[in-house]
Amino acid sequence: MKKSTQNLAFYVPYILWIVLFVIAPMVLIVYQSFFNIEGQFTLSNYATYFQSGTYIMMTINSVWYAFLITALTLLISYPAAYLLHYAKHKELWLLLIILPTWINLLLKAYAFIGIFSQDGGINTFLRMMGLGPHQFLFTDFSFIFVASYIEIPFMILPIFNGIEELNEGLVNASRDLGAKWWQSFTRVILPLTMSGVKAGVQAVFIPSLSLFMLTRLIGGNRVITLGTAIEEHFLTTMNWGMGSTIGVVLIVAMVIIMFLTGERKKKGGRQA
Amino acid sequence: MKRLISMAAVILAAVIGLAVWSNSLQKAQGATGDNTLNLANWGDYIDPALVKKFEKESGYHVNLETFDSNEAMYTKIQQGGTSYDLTVPSEYMVEKMARAKMLVPLDKSKLHGLNNYGSLYMNRSFDPGNKYSLPYFWGTLGIIYNDKYVSADEVQHWNDLWSPKFKDNIMLIDSARDIMGFSLRSMGKSMNTTDPNTLALAKAKLDQMSPNVKAVVADEIKMYMAADESELAVDWSGEAADMMANNSHLHYIVPSEGSNLWFDNLVIPKTAKHYKAIYAFLNFITDPKNAAQNAEYVGYSTPNTAALKLLPKSVRNDKQFYPDATVIKRSEVYKDLDPKTVGLYNDLYLEFKMYRK
Repeated sequence: MKKSTQNLAFYVPYILWIVLFVIAPMVLIVYQSFFNIEGQFTLSNYATYFQSGTYIMMTINSVWYAFLITALTLLISYPAAYLLHYAKHKELWLLLIILPTWINLLLKAYAFIGIFSQDGGINTFLRMMGLGPHQFLFTDFSFIFVASYIEIPFMILPIFNGIEELNEGLVNASRDLGAKWWQSFTRVILPLTMSGVKAGVQAVFIPSLSLFMLTRLIGGNRVITLGTAIEEHFLTTMNWGMGSTIGVVLIVAMVIIMFLTGERKKKGGRQA
Repeated sequence: MKRLISMAAVILAAVIGLAVWSNSLQKAQGATGDNTLNLANWGDYIDPALVKKFEKESGYHVNLETFDSNEAMYTKIQQGGTSYDLTVPSEYMVEKMARAKMLVPLDKSKLHGLNNYGSLYMNRSFDPGNKYSLPYFWGTLGIIYNDKYVSADEVQHWNDLWSPKFKDNIMLIDSARDIMGFSLRSMGKSMNTTDPNTLALAKAKLDQMSPNVKAVVADEIKMYMAADESELAVDWSGEAADMMANNSHLHYIVPSEGSNLWFDNLVIPKTAKHYKAIYAFLNFITDPKNAAQNAEYVGYSTPNTAALKLLPKSVRNDKQFYPDATVIKRSEVYKDLDPKTVGLYNDLYLEFKMYRK
């Protein structure tokens, strides 16, 4: 009897934390989303969301950009993690990859403004080569580039961990049994590291859906995502209901992504 | 279990200890005394030397707190927990706060030198008879151009911004009211239009301008313009002054057909307590000498015409920041629109931002 109360007491801080900082905010957002700007209880926010072409377009935009960012980071991160696994001073390289995450996001964004601007490093170089200045800031390219740069560590780490856990013997066995390099990659390495890839995709795709500071600083608001709309509804329109509605849609979208990329344990253990 | 309880007790004791300590610190600073003035202002919007001078002359201690948006300040005061004696909302926010009964009327008998303020800047629609507010600084919305790429006569009117020669070369300030506003103005309509059809037309007109728009940004616009990143920008006069201080090629124009006229105003929120200090400060800042010093530091246009006379001739005659009275008369002050219309402005504005070039 005494033991069980003791155990319960240990749970209290965690339960409190989850209730106060996870469940309560979600409930509040859902609750807020049912009120229109005049403070009446209504479903009209959801009706507006799904009926207006603007929000639907914005959703498609957000998902599209998040997809591009995720795809690009994955493309860079998988080979990087793979090479890292075989690299000599693994810990040092890993540290170098993690290091940029210690720097504030805003600072990194401002640094890129300096690099991409008309008088910035890249354009100075291009001018020197006689290729003339180009507009980099406020383009899709720069937005996706900077967002990918920021997200890359979050993709590399889980993939790296996945590859580290990979049993080298299995790869060797597949080679011994006559598999080509490509075959052992697609049949052995990739499936066994898939959980790392999925974790990485989750860690990148979900935050990418609602990047709003980068859309303004680097994208010059020529790239609009749902995050921009939420910011506007909370700060300028003071239409918290509509802002919350978009927030709820984002949460639902994230749950869907989690479900799609999550591990689905099958009964019996054997995968089909 | 015992350990857990003792841990909790330690944390609780630490919290209480800190609370007592911070309270005593505040007392030491005189924050709870009667000789203070709690001033909420925008960042870097008063000459620090002037604050020192006021403290020395009057003996009141000034607690300066800053905010960065009218809405944030409004929410803070509305939700309580602040004890501001004076704050500096923009004109539409004065109207909104007055309507929400968050302001205390000014006692004119305690104010001296009200006739220092120019008649153009008093008794405006947002606060008839200046019941609640005294103008602090004012300004306009206009076009900033870089004379390396653009000549003055190319950008005399709002409609010039639609010219194809400025393709991908205009930066806009990220503000729904202002961007929709100049589109309305270019059509000869009021910047306070509430008719949904007219607003839709203004937005459609903005869409046509989209190829010219390089970016829609906020504060960064100052940095970009100073760094020659764009040839043109639409921004407020105060921001323009900041940019021009960093790049001598930049100039500011208020289109002659009129623009927005904005005012930041000193008001007494209902949270005020130190009335003696408040009126001492209001009289202090109304004094032409002090107002002139403040205007020189902040670089915005002062509504204090007596102070203006003390400023150097180059400032006084600067048409960029003190446009002709006819232009001022043609310009409009924003009204506090009903929430539905504000929502409409913002939705249309979002759609404009989404419009692909």
